Order: sequence, then C-alpha cells, then structure tokens
Amino acid sequence: MRATPESDSKRSTVNRLSAENVTLAYDQRVIAEQLSVEIPDNSFTVIVGPNACGKSTLLRALSRMLRPGGGRVLLDGQVIQSMPAKKVARTLGLLPQSSIAPDGITVADLVGRGRYPHQGLLRQWSAQDERVVSESMRRTGVAELAERYVDELSGGQRQRVWIAMALAQQTPLLLLDEPTTYLDIQHQIDVLDLCAELHETQGRTLVAVLHDLNHAARYATHLIALRDGRVIAEGAPNDIVTAELVEQVFGLRCQVIDDPETGTPLVVPAARKARAERITAAS
Amino acid sequence: MKTRSTTRAVRTPGGLSLRLDLRALLVVVLLLAAACAAGVALIGTGDAKIPAADVLRTLAGNGNAYQDFIVNELRLPRVLVGLLVGGSLGLGGALFQSVSRNPLGSPDVLGLSQGSTAGALVVIVLLSGTSTQVTAGALIGGLVTGLAIYLLAWKQGVHGYRLVLVGIGVSAVATAVNGYLLTKADLVDAARAVVWMTGSLGGRDWDQVWPLLALCAVLVPLVLVHARGLRMLEMGDDVANALGVRVQRVRLVLMVSAVLLTAAATAAAGPVSFVALTAPQLARRLTRSPGPNLVPSLCMGAALLVAADWASQRAFGADQLPVGVVTGVLGGVYLLWLLVTERRAGRI
Repeated sequence: MRATPESDSKRSTVNRLSAENVTLAYDQRVIAEQLSVEIPDNSFTVIVGPNACGKSTLLRALSRMLRPGGGRVLLDGQVIQSMPAKKVARTLGLLPQSSIAPDGITVADLVGRGRYPHQGLLRQWSAQDERVVSESMRRTGVAELAERYVDELSGGQRQRVWIAMALAQQTPLLLLDEPTTYLDIQHQIDVLDLCAELHETQGRTLVAVLHDLNHAARYATHLIALRDGRVIAEGAPNDIVTAELVEQVFGLRCQVIDDPETGTPLVVPAARKARAERITAAS
Repeated sequence: MKTRSTTRAVRTPGGLSLRLDLRALLVVVLLLAAACAAGVALIGTGDAKIPAADVLRTLAGNGNAYQDFIVNELRLPRVLVGLLVGGSLGLGGALFQSVSRNPLGSPDVLGLSQGSTAGALVVIVLLSGTSTQVTAGALIGGLVTGLAIYLLAWKQGVHGYRLVLVGIGVSAVATAVNGYLLTKADLVDAARAVVWMTGSLGGRDWDQVWPLLALCAVLVPLVLVHARGLRMLEMGDDVANALGVRVQRVRLVLMVSAVLLTAAATAAAGPVSFVALTAPQLARRLTRSPGPNLVPSLCMGAALLVAADWASQRAFGADQLPVGVVTGVLGGVYLLWLLVTERRAGRI
C-alpha cells in the first residue's frame, strides 16, 4: 500500500505545499530518506504514526524549521528556504509543540504578536492588525480573556490563545504539531472542533500531527500514515484505515469498526488475551 | 474588566503606524530626567562645590573661566562616561537576559566582567602598561571571553541554562587567573589593580567619552532595529521562526552588540558590578510590560550608575569610594529582595 501510482501522478499538480524526496536528519541521526509528501490544498491533513516515526520531523521540514539534508520542500512552487522569511510567514503558519508565553504577557498582546510578518519598522500596528486580532480572538473563543495574563489560564484556554495567535498570522496554510498533547479529553475535542471549523468555514489548509488515531480518523479529510520515515498509506480515512494498516503501522492488532457518531473508522485494540495468543502462535 | 494595557497606536493617513506604550514612555522620560538631575548634581559635587544653577549656566556656555574649566573639562566627561557606561551595561544586560530568557544570564554572572578584568590585570601586572593600554587590555579580555562563551554555549542556538552554566564556568576560570595575577603583582601594581577591579569613574576625561559615544551611536540604533525580532524570540525559537524572524541572524547581531557594549563599558570604567543584572529587572518592574524593555533598561542603567556615583561622592567625599562598591551593595540588596519577593509570589 506504499505510494501508489495515483499519488505519484498527483505530485505534478499544483498543491501549494509539498516535500520532494527529502532526507531528514538531526546531526547524524537520519529520520527519513527520500520521503515525498503532498499536502492537498484545502484539506485537513493529519499525519499519524508510532513514536519516533518522523511525523513531527516531517512537519518541521514542511514549516522550514528543519532544513532537509537532501531533496526540497516546495511552497507555491518555490524552494521554501529560498523565500524571504516574512513572506513564508504570511503564507504558512505553525503552532509548534514548544512555545513560551513571556512573563506577564496578556492574551491580547500575545495574539497581537501573530501580526509580526505583516508589520514593519514604520508599520507597527495598523487598524487592520487590530481588526484581525480581535477577530482571531473571537473565533477561538478567547475574546473575553483578552486582558487576562496568559500564565493564569488553564491548559485548554492557553492552547486556544496560541491558536488565536497563529490565526492572527492570517496564513492560508496552518501547521499544528500535536496541538492536543497535555490536554484532557474534553479540551482535546474542543481544540479539534476548532480546527475542523477553521478548515470548513475558512477553507484553510490544515496539517496536524496527532497521536490519537481515532481523533485523526474522525477529523482528517486526508490521512498520512508514517512508519520509520516512510509513507505507508495516504488518503481519506474511510479508504485507508483498516485493521491491516493499523497492524502494519503501529504493530497493534485491532478491529476497525464504524464510529457510531460519525461513521468514520474507529480503532478498537484487540483484548490482551487475543494479542497474547497471537504472539504464542507466531512463535 | 480593568484594562492592563497602556499601549496605544499612533497612525498617519499615509499608512504608517507606531506602537507606543505610554507607561514605558513615561518611565523613560522620568529616568532620563533622573539621570540628568543626578548628572548635574554630580558635576556640582566635589572639593569645589558648584550650585546646580551655575552648573546649568556653565554647561550652556555662559559660565566664568574657572567654572568652565571645572565643569566642562574636569567633571562633565566623568558624568558622560558614567551615563554611557551605565546605559551600555543596562542595554547589554537586557539583551543578554532576553536572549537567554533568564535574569541570571547577565554579563556579571557570565564572566564577561571577570574576563575584562583578566585582560586589564595582564596589562597592569605583567606589562605595567599605561591606562590606555589597560583599557585596551580590558576590551580584548571582554571580547575574548564573549567569544569563548559563544563558542562553548552555542549548540543549536543558545539555551538559557546552558548559557548561564557555561558562563559560570568561564567566570570561575577567569577569577582564578585574576587571583593568580594579583598574587604575582608587586604592591603598587596590586593597589592599582584593585582600584580598577572595583569599577570607578574617577579621572575619566574626554578621551574616554568619544570612543564610547561612537560605539553607542552605532550599536544602539542597530539593536533597536532588531528589537521587534527579539520580542518574538522570547516565545521560543520555533514560534519566532514561524513568524518570519530570522532567528540565528537576529540573535547573532544582538549577542555581538551586547558583548561589545559590555566590554567597552567595562574597559572604560572597570567592572562596575550588578548594573547589567539589576537595571533590566528594575526597568521591567517599572514599565510592567513584557518584552526586553531595551530603552527603559538603557535609561535605568545610566540613571543608576550616575546616581550611585553621586551618592558615593556625597557620602564619602571625592573619589574615596569607587562607584562599583555602591552599585555592588545596591545591586546585591536588590537581588536579594527580588529573590525573596519572587519566592513569596510562588516563583523559583
């Protein structure tokens, strides 16, 4: 189920963001080689895979945080590293895993910093900036927190504030690196609902790395399954999520049933006993 | 809901807009006024006391020959060196603290002052050099230390704790070298070295003012142009990158500027302790605004140093007590107060 001829032919079309045969490595440790990924325009693409499969690394390469050792990442047909930094920042936003709220910063101030790529030395705070910031806060439901300090907020609220900051950047593409980590289930769904809404109502292209396969299957319009730095499968969740794929990617035996709420694939891990029998049978 | 923001936007019809923090602006104006007032008081202080009104008149060029000599030749350079050194240290400290995201990431703790001292001591003890050579030695010592810290701490960007720890290590080495040089020195050289090591503005003339002024004239605008990028850097490298800040370049420019400012200031006045550490912290508490607070820190440093020099002259007589002792005491007390109150507030 590797890169099918169909997805190869898609590569020549004009999706705005893609990686072509990239080699990704930290110092000497190679995470992925000859990896090619296409982000379909206007999709909510979710990248899944086991720990250390390279999914966050891929996202870092797509957002030019990591320079590929080989190959190239293309944004609107240009090599992303060769583009002016601020121009990229007006096209592609990123919500990284590690972000630091400076001491004593208010929500409005933090969200306002998302306007940086639209500003300059003599254009520091236009009326447009102000409008976009309040619109972003309204959209993410943090408008009433505007004057609160970020360090006083709960984890879920804080994540909304960071998303608001990324929205204020007004980029047609938005990349999110594990946006639901450290949140409880209610806030995880809350953040994912918000992402789905941004995707549906504004036609933004969203790319997220998610840990939870069921969340991925429920929210993604396009799923990319990675293992050991290779794309094992990609496509709509309904088309590609099967028990075989989950076993192949995660090494987990399971059933895939229809989510009673949404009809999307729902992964139910096999009972411990069943898995133990399999191991015995295999040996 | 009470409004905490004192930031206002000023816009022109042509599409230009400036963002002004009114509170920070007020703090800057008040600090500048305080620095100037302390400067005038300092000029009037000494064996020949001159009333403030006469000082102002003489500065404007309307004094008699005697006052003109004392004010414009003897004491004004000293005040200007004080203002420039204090401002440089305040700005350098703010840059270091912001880049390392750690209040301890300031030149005092990182060993830059000790490095400058080592350079100065080499010239005093081993070469018995002139005061100009001592200044050059201190400058070189500071720059070499800055380079060493840069090379040792730089690993995919500066991480706060790494920078502080490397700095403490470098500082320990430089302190050991300084101790060794002092034991090697004869009595006269040792006395000269110790005076230099406390940090003093005594006997500074126009020859010290010009190079320092020229350096500040280049570096301060350069730093301020990069200040918005620095604000973004406070949210972490990834966020800054995502917002289109050229992280490595901005950080390199700012660190080099900070090292140059600190080394030049230390070369001019000796390692005046704690200004670089405390000025940014004090400025930040006055403006109550997040961000590096570069201009308020600069003004705070200038005001602090000149005020400390005036206080030491006033209390102990002309040049009895080097200014570094006063800033050391004030800075130490302030640091302790800071730690105690922060602890109460539940931090650290």
